[in-house]
Amino acid sequence: MRLLTLIPTNTKIDFVGKRPFAFGLSILLILISIGAFLVQGLNLGIDFRGGVLIEVETNGPANIEKLRDVLGNLGLGEVQVQEFGNPNDVLIRVQQQDGGEKAQQDAVIAIKEALGDSAKEYRRTESVGPTVGTELIRAAVLAVSLALGAILIYIWIRFEWQFGVGAIIALSHDVLTTVGLFAVTQLEFNLATVAAVLTIAGYSINDTVVIYDRVREELRRYKKLSIPDLLNLSINRTLSRTFLTSVTTLIALVALATLGGPIIRDFSYAMIWGVLIGTYSSIFVAVPALLVFKLSRESFSSSNSGSEGEIKS
Amino acid sequence: MVNYPRWAIAFTLIICVWGIVFASSNFLRESSQFLPDSKVRLGLDLQGGAHLLLEVEVDEVVKATLESIESLARRELRRRKPRIKYTGGIRTEGNTVVIRGINPGDLETALERLNTIDRDLVVTNVDNSILMKFTKEALLARRQRAIEQSIEVVRRRVDETGVSEPTIQQQGSKRIIVQMPGIEDPERIKKLLGQTAKLNFHMVNEEADVSVAIRTGVVPPSSKLIYEENAGQNIPYIVYREVVVNGERLVDAQATFQDGQPIVSFRFDAQGGQTFGRVTTENVNKRLAIVLDGKVVSAPNIQTPIMGGSGIITGRFTVQETVDLALVLRAGALPAPLIILEERTVGPGLGADSIAAGKLASLVGFIAVVVFMVASYGLFGFMAAIALVFNLILIMALLSVLGATLTLPGIAGIVLTIGMAVDANVLILERIKEEVRNGRSPISAIDSGYRRALTTIIDSNLTTLIAALLLFNFGTGPIKGFAVTLSMGIVSSMFTAIMLTRFLIVIWLRQKRPSKLPI
Repeated sequence: MRLLTLIPTNTKIDFVGKRPFAFGLSILLILISIGAFLVQGLNLGIDFRGGVLIEVETNGPANIEKLRDVLGNLGLGEVQVQEFGNPNDVLIRVQQQDGGEKAQQDAVIAIKEALGDSAKEYRRTESVGPTVGTELIRAAVLAVSLALGAILIYIWIRFEWQFGVGAIIALSHDVLTTVGLFAVTQLEFNLATVAAVLTIAGYSINDTVVIYDRVREELRRYKKLSIPDLLNLSINRTLSRTFLTSVTTLIALVALATLGGPIIRDFSYAMIWGVLIGTYSSIFVAVPALLVFKLSRESFSSSNSGSEGEIKS
Repeated sequence: MVNYPRWAIAFTLIICVWGIVFASSNFLRESSQFLPDSKVRLGLDLQGGAHLLLEVEVDEVVKATLESIESLARRELRRRKPRIKYTGGIRTEGNTVVIRGINPGDLETALERLNTIDRDLVVTNVDNSILMKFTKEALLARRQRAIEQSIEVVRRRVDETGVSEPTIQQQGSKRIIVQMPGIEDPERIKKLLGQTAKLNFHMVNEEADVSVAIRTGVVPPSSKLIYEENAGQNIPYIVYREVVVNGERLVDAQATFQDGQPIVSFRFDAQGGQTFGRVTTENVNKRLAIVLDGKVVSAPNIQTPIMGGSGIITGRFTVQETVDLALVLRAGALPAPLIILEERTVGPGLGADSIAAGKLASLVGFIAVVVFMVASYGLFGFMAAIALVFNLILIMALLSVLGATLTLPGIAGIVLTIGMAVDANVLILERIKEEVRNGRSPISAIDSGYRRALTTIIDSNLTTLIAALLLFNFGTGPIKGFAVTLSMGIVSSMFTAIMLTRFLIVIWLRQKRPSKLPI
């Protein structure tokens, strides 16, 4: 049987040499992300902003215009009405109500009363009050920072400091540009998105560590090779794996995005972006960063000389 | 490599069999007596249901307690002889009840009397004022008791509505989570939980003039002004502050009819019945106000003494209102008001849709990954696919045994695991390929492929696992659900790649003794 070979063996691509271009692209992406974040901000979901979200299945195709009119006149402030998935499915979003938790609950009742008989089934009702919204933001930020911090510490312990710094730069790059993606596209940013961002971080770091492991190994094996050549060698030797894993993960994610239903669609989009950017950053950001921070053989072998014995090839 | 140790073989087999046994009940329609009856618990977003996050306004309990201390203090000083005068009044300031302007000669007696009110009170004096304050511990204990009581009452009210298998638990210091599977429209339950349902009976003060009280704002100190809501209008009443009987003495309440009108009938316990009998005997032809949560429900005229300990509440009720009122009266009053902080309800249709979509996405993702792996690695890709199957079985088994909840983000975690789980296998197989290219014999290539890939697998998986565990610990809602399956997926994928595929390869090597690897 002839096996599928997506990446030819023994590639000799000069990845590290392309770093001026790669760094330029990354800086541009980050600037766009920060710019979009500052100018447009994130389209925060009710998890963080508070408010009411009701998904309702109507009897027969919904008259969105009429619903917008009726619900808009309830005095609940900004009301968004949109079709969701199919013509019988309507998504209603109401902004956070002034007057605390009670007002929020009254809004739910008012909407349900206004919908009356046109509602066949309430598929989803979410109401988040101001207290919880603030807490969820705090918890999400805490979870993200702790996860990033822990990863940094782990890599610091397992490798040299240059690796730790390189990994965190690549990771921040991925997180920033993913948040940037949400700012640019105005896809809804909610709790599930935070989970997506963190998984992207996990995936990206996984990818980076695989290549770093190889760099460490080749450093011990090839004592004469210049550092840029050695970095290129490591990337090329792991290229096939990097590519294959990205492809299998993307296959699963595309299945999730197209077949997993509307609720996790945005989540899947974020993840797909994350896999792409995570793979890119491992090769073009994390590894060249080692050069920028002057990774040298001396700094490496001095502290890791103890484990030299196990790497006979 | 061919000498895969016996214990490792045994371990691998035991884990795989364990996985099959504990995951199996999820795939059977009926439970089998030979298999453990552990099933994956579905989150409310998948099975449909309502999730409510409530907060107990415990500060109200403290406030109410201080108010009662105030009136008890007033009674201790005034009613008992010799009466002790105070010129500065009694007031609650923050968490302290302050009595000002006590005659220095009376201070000692006053302190003595006030000390008998509650042993958790710290009673001190500053000059001519007396300060009464609860100890920190006592306040805390009272708050916790209020939460526990609230949970009890919430449970009783929810149970009375017939919700099956609700989960009601405390979260944090003053919150309650209520999860009700299968509830599609929780408005009625929210309304029931939104009522404190404190029922009190007060005599109406017939001597006071209501219109004067409203105009001047002056009410006799023994009385208070409260209202009855009636068709958008507020009817004022002046009632005595003293509670004749309260709802705690109720043993039963039922919705029923009188002259075609929906009413609630109730029954007191022995002591309540006695008091009620005595009061109604003493006050024939006077009005008795039935007060629920600070509002008058009705104030009927007492026509004859009501003996026997039962009575009725009339009012302008709908049938549903009498049913709900009877229910909250039976279930008892909440010690403090509840507010709804968060609601998430998923209808049965959406839940079923999500499960179907999740299954489909998993299946398609799985098949596509398997096809891709076999195309890339041939026989070894097939072995990786077997490992992937066991990976999913082990995740199901772990979810079942640990009683973890599978949510929609959890399914996303599983699908992602399908994609990422093959990574460990890819790492190993790529390494073996490389070693083959370097001219090694099959056995030695496999051996060193495994050895070299191992550190990388551990490093890369541990970093992801760290992130997943932190997500689990500090995340909420969807983040948690996602972290659960992701971390299980990482652990099981490490096992299947390092132990299971290796086991399969060893068997194959022993059987075939190949001179060339099909990779």
